Amino acid sequence: MFKGGFIQNLPKIYGLYTGGFLVFIILMAIAEQAGASAKSIGIMFVAFTVAIYALIGYLSRTVQVDAYYLAGRQVPTVFNGMATAADWMSGASFVALAGGVYFGGYSYMAFLVGWTGGYVLVSTLLAPYLRKFGCYTVPDFIGTRYGGNGVRFCAVLVLVLASFTYVTAQINATGTIAARALGIPFEAGVWVGLVSILLCSMLGGMRAVTWTQVAQYIVLIVAYLIPVFWISNKIGAGVFPHLMLGDEVARITELESQFGLTKNSAADIKAAGVPGGLKSIAVAHAGVGAGGMAVWKYISLAICMMVGTASLPHILMRYFTTPSVKSARKSVAWSLFFIFLLYSSAPMLATLSKISLMDPNLPTGIIGKSIADVNSIEWVKQWTSQKQVFIADFNGDGILQLNEWFMRTGVVVLATPEVAGLPYVISGLVAAGGMAAAMSTADGLVLAISNALSHDVYFNMIDPKADVRKRLIVARVLLVVVGAAGAYIASMRITSILGAVAWAFDFAMSGLFFPLVLGVWWKRATKEGAIAGILSGLAAGTMYLIWVYPKFMGNPAWLGIDHLRFGLIGAPVCLVVMVVVSLMTKAPDAATQRMVDEVRVPSGRSILGRQH
Amino acid sequence: MSNKEKHWQKTRGHMFVTLALWAFFSMVIFLFGYEINSMSFLGYPLAYYMTAQGSLLAFVIIIFWFANKQEKIDEEFGFGEKEDN
Repeated sequence: MFKGGFIQNLPKIYGLYTGGFLVFIILMAIAEQAGASAKSIGIMFVAFTVAIYALIGYLSRTVQVDAYYLAGRQVPTVFNGMATAADWMSGASFVALAGGVYFGGYSYMAFLVGWTGGYVLVSTLLAPYLRKFGCYTVPDFIGTRYGGNGVRFCAVLVLVLASFTYVTAQINATGTIAARALGIPFEAGVWVGLVSILLCSMLGGMRAVTWTQVAQYIVLIVAYLIPVFWISNKIGAGVFPHLMLGDEVARITELESQFGLTKNSAADIKAAGVPGGLKSIAVAHAGVGAGGMAVWKYISLAICMMVGTASLPHILMRYFTTPSVKSARKSVAWSLFFIFLLYSSAPMLATLSKISLMDPNLPTGIIGKSIADVNSIEWVKQWTSQKQVFIADFNGDGILQLNEWFMRTGVVVLATPEVAGLPYVISGLVAAGGMAAAMSTADGLVLAISNALSHDVYFNMIDPKADVRKRLIVARVLLVVVGAAGAYIASMRITSILGAVAWAFDFAMSGLFFPLVLGVWWKRATKEGAIAGILSGLAAGTMYLIWVYPKFMGNPAWLGIDHLRFGLIGAPVCLVVMVVVSLMTKAPDAATQRMVDEVRVPSGRSILGRQH
Repeated sequence: MSNKEKHWQKTRGHMFVTLALWAFFSMVIFLFGYEINSMSFLGYPLAYYMTAQGSLLAFVIIIFWFANKQEKIDEEFGFGEKEDN
């Protein structure tokens, strides 16, 4: 099945797969009608989809180096786009994004612009050139372009730091979802998540991850879009929510002024015993803050996320797998298209979810009702018992005010189907989608880290004479070790999902963005410049993070650059140091200059061969 | 100037134009977020629409346009790839 005709048959294979998945959803819906419990439907959804991914992972097993690292460079443009979209959209995107929009409003939506706009940088500045280079990993490019193991090691350092920060959050998300769906403790859920992740990647490396990511994309996009369209149609908001929710947005603004947006004091929240991490609506849904600082906060966050996107190794490495430079470029466009389908739906889901709760004219509205009535609603009871929602009657009038209703951000996605009165099968579907999103990103990240360690550190620095068999064994052992380390840290619950995710972008942009871009666009960039730039950028960014983060030193943010934006300190330092040191040292030799010239034209052989 | 240099010059120009469009949709319009939010598009306040959907869509279109035009530049200078590459 995976010989010869596989690539040509891809549309047919994934078409069948999608059809099969839809049939499965229908079967589950029938089972629900026949009286299957909510819990068993949840288990079926997660177990069935994970089993499929594991099967794909097994069928894609390989003993070839170029298949393990590059999926054989034969992933077609559109499919690579889907795989990248799954690689990109993490558990945080799937579970927390709509919730973030729900509570954070306009200023939070800088993430939406940042996490999509970065792809313009990827396609114009990097992806086609890295594909022409033919590297296995991102440090492979840095090490070959600048020459030497020192600079290669610096790149590995940034890669590991950025990707590892990110991967713990993903394993955390798989753990949360697995725990909820299977009814096991969180700590056990984390290890179940890890095993699922390794099943997809261990035997086939990049090849296996590619084909499972395509399958995961299909599950996650179906799981995200069905509830959005269903709810929109159910409450009569519009057949096509993305184009038709203008009235609902206006209605929310009207209700906000009617109910009043009150920010609760920390003392009140503490006195009422609101569980940590739960929030009430205190920010306008569609309003924009006035003043220069609000503008700067928005734009600085967008810049950090965009530049960070263009430096994250697990994304860049997806474009090493296309058949040509041309298709790498096109593939970036398709990636963003597939990402757009979900990201443009998140604000719509937030709008629908909010109006379902707020509008007293809808049967699902709870704000302004008596607290005793609200507490007897089935989904409120269930989510309250899990400490995901909370009611605090601050003014003691027995009526639920807007500022008395607390939710965890993830609940917006996970509970909205129930809130809107959709059948439980949709909630099971959403759990499967969240699992797919978190697993696919974790897979890409664990693979990026272990590939850098096995190819760049082990093969290039420690044992360059190792044969293929030994290299692949080392790669797989490292994969398990990296995954286990991530799961161990995730099981300790150190930071909330989104804080850590934003940090990964800042680390990556501090240490990698300019060395990558200048490696292609500036022939004069030297090895010494790159080393100095990477280390000083990373050091400056990290020191600033320690200085400003409330849980470390907690100093006031300079110019509004808080811990989510520390890349704005690291990246400029990296650029300046890299340029100055490059100009002070001897220009790269003729061979390196020729290599850069070669990278800049799409035709001809790649710099590094298929087997290296 | 050699063929390669001319190709690179044109590629670089195309890159700058693309990044100018990118900067417009990712930063410039949000400099005026407060001001443009009183305007409306499809019934949404304009700044809300752009950050929720408009700019995202613009990026998708920009990248497709960028890739197609870059392919033409490559072919113009004889650096286009054969399909079996």
